[in-house]
Amino acid sequence: MGHYWRSRIVARAWARAVMCVCAAALVAVNTAAQTPELRWGGDAEGGAPFVEADPADPTRVVGFEVDIAAMLAEGLNRTPRFIQTGFTTIDASVARGDFDIGLSGIEDSFARRTRLAVTVPYYRFREILTVRAADAPRYRTLADLRGRRVATLAATLAFDLLTAAEKDDGVVVVPYEDDVHPYTDLAIGRVDAVLLDEVLAERGVRRHPGLTNQPTSVGVGYYVGILAPQSIELRNQIDATLKQAMRDGRLEAIFRRWKMWNDDQRNLYARVTADESGSAPQTPTAAAQLSVWDATLRYLPSLLTAAVITLVLSVLSMALAIVVGVLIASGRVYGPAPVKALLTGWVELIRGTPLLLQLFVIYYGLATVVQLPAFLAALIGLGLNYGAYESEIYRSALESVPPGQLDAARTLGFSDRQTLMLIRGPQALRLALAPMTNDFVALLKDSSLVSLITVVELTKQTTIFASNIGTWFVPGMLCAALYLVLSLPVSHLARRLERTWRRA
Amino acid sequence: MAPGMSVLAIRDLEVRRGARPVVRGVSLDVTRGEILAVMGASGAGKTSVLRAVAGLDPIAGGSVAIDGLQLSAGPLPRGEALRELHRRVGMVFQFHHLFEHLTVLHNVWLALVHVQRQPLPEAERKARDLLDHLGVGARADAVPRELSGGEAQRVAIARALAVGPPLLLMDEPTASLDPARRGELAATLRQLASEGRTLVVATHDEEFARACAHRVLIMDEGRVAR
Repeated sequence: MGHYWRSRIVARAWARAVMCVCAAALVAVNTAAQTPELRWGGDAEGGAPFVEADPADPTRVVGFEVDIAAMLAEGLNRTPRFIQTGFTTIDASVARGDFDIGLSGIEDSFARRTRLAVTVPYYRFREILTVRAADAPRYRTLADLRGRRVATLAATLAFDLLTAAEKDDGVVVVPYEDDVHPYTDLAIGRVDAVLLDEVLAERGVRRHPGLTNQPTSVGVGYYVGILAPQSIELRNQIDATLKQAMRDGRLEAIFRRWKMWNDDQRNLYARVTADESGSAPQTPTAAAQLSVWDATLRYLPSLLTAAVITLVLSVLSMALAIVVGVLIASGRVYGPAPVKALLTGWVELIRGTPLLLQLFVIYYGLATVVQLPAFLAALIGLGLNYGAYESEIYRSALESVPPGQLDAARTLGFSDRQTLMLIRGPQALRLALAPMTNDFVALLKDSSLVSLITVVELTKQTTIFASNIGTWFVPGMLCAALYLVLSLPVSHLARRLERTWRRA
Repeated sequence: MAPGMSVLAIRDLEVRRGARPVVRGVSLDVTRGEILAVMGASGAGKTSVLRAVAGLDPIAGGSVAIDGLQLSAGPLPRGEALRELHRRVGMVFQFHHLFEHLTVLHNVWLALVHVQRQPLPEAERKARDLLDHLGVGARADAVPRELSGGEAQRVAIARALAVGPPLLLMDEPTASLDPARRGELAATLRQLASEGRTLVVATHDEEFARACAHRVLIMDEGRVAR
């Protein structure tokens, strides 16, 4: 494991160096360009109609946000340049100056308004409940979905609405990191409904003929552009450009081109262009009126629950990893040649591919064959992955027990199995303890990857917390403290055991 | 068995390491209560004879009879055959090979409990008696790394004797002992023989061999020289 992490760190350092060189080259090109740029950030993974790689030329992006960015750049007499940013980090990236404006179906919220400079809203959307066509008569509203799993995108208005419904109506919220898999999982029955904005809902229903959208909206929200808090002047120029485009029909033309135009927008534009103060319609969210302190108190129980999930998942995965590791190591030490070769191949396959990929394959890739619940898929993924690393630890530990002791055991009449259980195993375990402790602590942290297959563990809950209150400071500290609370006792216990055993 | 009968009878023993023969045509008999010293330079084949008799290395040719149990060419004994063999023969290694994670006492009773299925209190009492008998009773609760070379050897002898084999093999027992201790060891082995044990001791320490053995056999290049 040590080598693994070291090599990862080295790889990361290289990647950073290469990125620096590329960035320097880009800066050189940019300063050579005549017109200044409007750097805009978005997530091309979000897909059509927002931003997506152009199917005809994947080096370009297309989408209504691309058209809006081009329109804004023209109004500012600048050249638009797209900067790819993960959806959940757009807020943090724009605040630290990675680009001038974030445009990616970003929802207006109180938290964003307190932390960032926010443009006037340029699109009004309804939150729509999508269900399987057969369930349409019985799942009309959130109240009909008591005890049912409802998917959404984490850190969105829909997520806040669902969190409220979790308390009021007893629905089970299943947050996703992307807006495509909620609909595929709804189609195959992993969840019973999806709550997302109408743009995504329309796309979801288009892609999955077995799904249908309920007619009544569950809530209303607005798309806005977000800028760093100090970019007030640029924000005001952009607001002016947006309002001009609302009056002269350029925005309407864009949304018509993307088949998103409706009367809601006509009304929104009338209201926005009439209001010279530029303030957007209020969209109170659950966390809207709370101070950081109150929000922390409110989120603490869910953070603690998430920490328990992290702990339970890590402990069970480690237990599975130990069993898998012991079996693989025994096979590689005691098995016949073909078994050894097969197991060596398996270990190399698991160690040579990313854990994230393995989790995706187990959860989404196998879904057509067997639909594993997210927690079980996470447990299997982590257990198999770490099992490969454990097996290497155990194999080398087993091989470090002096062969003379095995001869001695044989002359006393012990069977191979008894020798393993009584003599070789216990001594190997002592050698393996320190690397196993390392692995458990690493597993505790790697378990955060399972949020990508909808398990809400500590890191995920922290992300949700942070994006709702608009700052990482308090949530980050709390999250770090909780991880330490989980990992320190393990390290402490391991040190004590080692001290006890050192005598022997 | 009447005194004078062979506890160990080896006929035309051949042992190979890979394709290379390391023991060729060795025949010997050891009677009950006898101490046989097998002498010879390093590589003469002494240890290979002991390992073949102890069932650690396969026999390539010839036969070995231990207290009525016949070993012949073929794969190493396993399962019940292995347990049968080790009811008859114990071995003390040059480097002792005590189980490092267990106390001295635990080293000695482990096979009594797990191989011979004796109840733990009885096994522990037997182990304590043996350690006392060999003069290391005071070290019962120590772990192997705390022992001197001489103490470790006595513990290794106790561990091998615990399961009660009539035949005890010892490989280079003086290697880890200073000269004063060699005399003590010779006396101990003599006492064991007088209690009816049969010992085969591989050594290149001539003085020690003469001090303890009833009979000395010299090996050279895998054969019995005289």
